[in-house]
Amino acid sequence: MSSTDLIKVHLKVWRQDGPQAKGFFEDYTLDEVNTHMSFLEMLDVLNERLMKDKKEPIEFDHDCREGICGSCNLVINGVPHGPEMLTAACQLHMRHFKDGETITIEPWRATAFPIIKDLVVDRNAFDRIMSAGGYISVSTGNAPDANAIPISKPDSDSAMDYAVCIGCGACVAACPNSSASLFTGAKVSQLSRLPQGAPERKKRVIAMVDQMEKEGFGDCSNFAECEAVCPVGISITAIANMRTEYVKAVLG
Amino acid sequence: MSTIANALQSQVGRKILTGLTGIFLTLFLVAHLSGNLSLFIPDGGESFNLYADFLHSLGPLLWIAEIILVILFLTHAYLGVSIYLKKKRARPENYKYYKSQGGPSKQNFASTSMLISGSIILLFVVLHVMHFKYHLFSPETYMVEGTEMVDLARHVSEAFQNPWIVAAYTFVMVLIGVHLKHGVWSAFISLGAKNPKLTPVLYTVGGIVALLLSLGFLAIPLYIFINGGL
Ligand code: HEM
Ligand code: FES
Repeated sequence: MSSTDLIKVHLKVWRQDGPQAKGFFEDYTLDEVNTHMSFLEMLDVLNERLMKDKKEPIEFDHDCREGICGSCNLVINGVPHGPEMLTAACQLHMRHFKDGETITIEPWRATAFPIIKDLVVDRNAFDRIMSAGGYISVSTGNAPDANAIPISKPDSDSAMDYAVCIGCGACVAACPNSSASLFTGAKVSQLSRLPQGAPERKKRVIAMVDQMEKEGFGDCSNFAECEAVCPVGISITAIANMRTEYVKAVLG
Repeated sequence: MSTIANALQSQVGRKILTGLTGIFLTLFLVAHLSGNLSLFIPDGGESFNLYADFLHSLGPLLWIAEIILVILFLTHAYLGVSIYLKKKRARPENYKYYKSQGGPSKQNFASTSMLISGSIILLFVVLHVMHFKYHLFSPETYMVEGTEMVDLARHVSEAFQNPWIVAAYTFVMVLIGVHLKHGVWSAFISLGAKNPKLTPVLYTVGGIVALLLSLGFLAIPLYIFINGGL
């Protein structure tokens, strides 16, 4: 490995002992960061150092580290999931940063996503929106025959465009209003495209929109910032679609 | 019925109302500008005065239109303020570092200053109506067949020779363009425009509508000021 694959970075990391504690930025410098590391691996390296020094490691969420679980949630240099579009924080590599760069790391900030510790926030609000209506009714028991319910290719493709949502919450984090409209819109749009979701179609959109409001998310002002930070590129057509679904559900 | 009332108070309902009131206010601006452009007919303002007389002759119809307009303005402003207040509650502690990702984002000067541009527009509308409808600032009237009349075209022409008035109008007309740069597009999305091929076009179309309205309204005070009258 050549020395050009090593960079020095300064980190400003949000530290907060607990939900009620006052948070602050703590500065760290890593002298030799391998540019082939992912952003989370870089944090692992820092945490190992902290533990060796008998200091409290930085808490951050992660699980799959391959961009599919939606656990990782870091606001990197002011942007949820960092500077690369269509990339979750765990898929972001250190080669996208410059030698000597200062990188700030903050948690998602929203009333509906209270901070648990450091960079970890409670995203159960999303789960409650899902329990309010993000399901379909099916008979349990044997798996049904795969082709029992025909679905047209355009419908299944369109449902898939929305089903790719990994529920990370970057849309809320990036939204100047902390609105959860992209998340809720994606779920509503996905299920409204499929025959399996049809019986709950009207109830679903009303219940999910209600829950989104109860959780304390803000209104949508059509900034489309959510689309720009979404690691899977869900378009705000999901939101427009949720609105038409809602009107149809209320009017008849 | 109660479900519709509830629905209008939901996040989606409020947004649809914001969009609807915004679109109707924009349509009002189009109508208002079309009438005003009759000032450019070179007949010493006669067409413009005839147009104003025609509106007044509508009597109760005009009142109804005016009441609807007031309701549109108040509903729209109320929703705008409540969206802003909710946004404050939804994130009490701001990011210390925050940046727009760019790309498809429509976060820009226009979209982040909607409440400011809107509030200045509202203040302007009140002053504008006091000025040109109730003639509070220059009550120069004359008698025609026993009724008090105002030569509206002359009033407009005289007002727009005052550099302060022209400067204030220029500022506000630019702000209307700024408000509508985000507003027109946003209203379409609020009302459910969801064709991914169409939405980028809508943003451009919204920008053009905003620019044309802004330039159209700007043309009147600027022309009168530079020309030294109608
Ligand atoms: C000539 C007058 C006006 C016109 C033509 C107009 C037009 C519009 C339009 C088309 C929208 C987009 C609606 C949407 O997002 O769905 C909008 C949004 C907005 N307007 Fe106005 N507006 C006017 C006056 C006002 C006034 C007086 C206020 C006073 C506060 C205001 C505040 C706002 C705000 C805050 C938004 C953004 C709403 C949001 O964040 O979702 N506007 N306006
Ligand atoms: S850790 Fe699973 S998506 Fe990033």
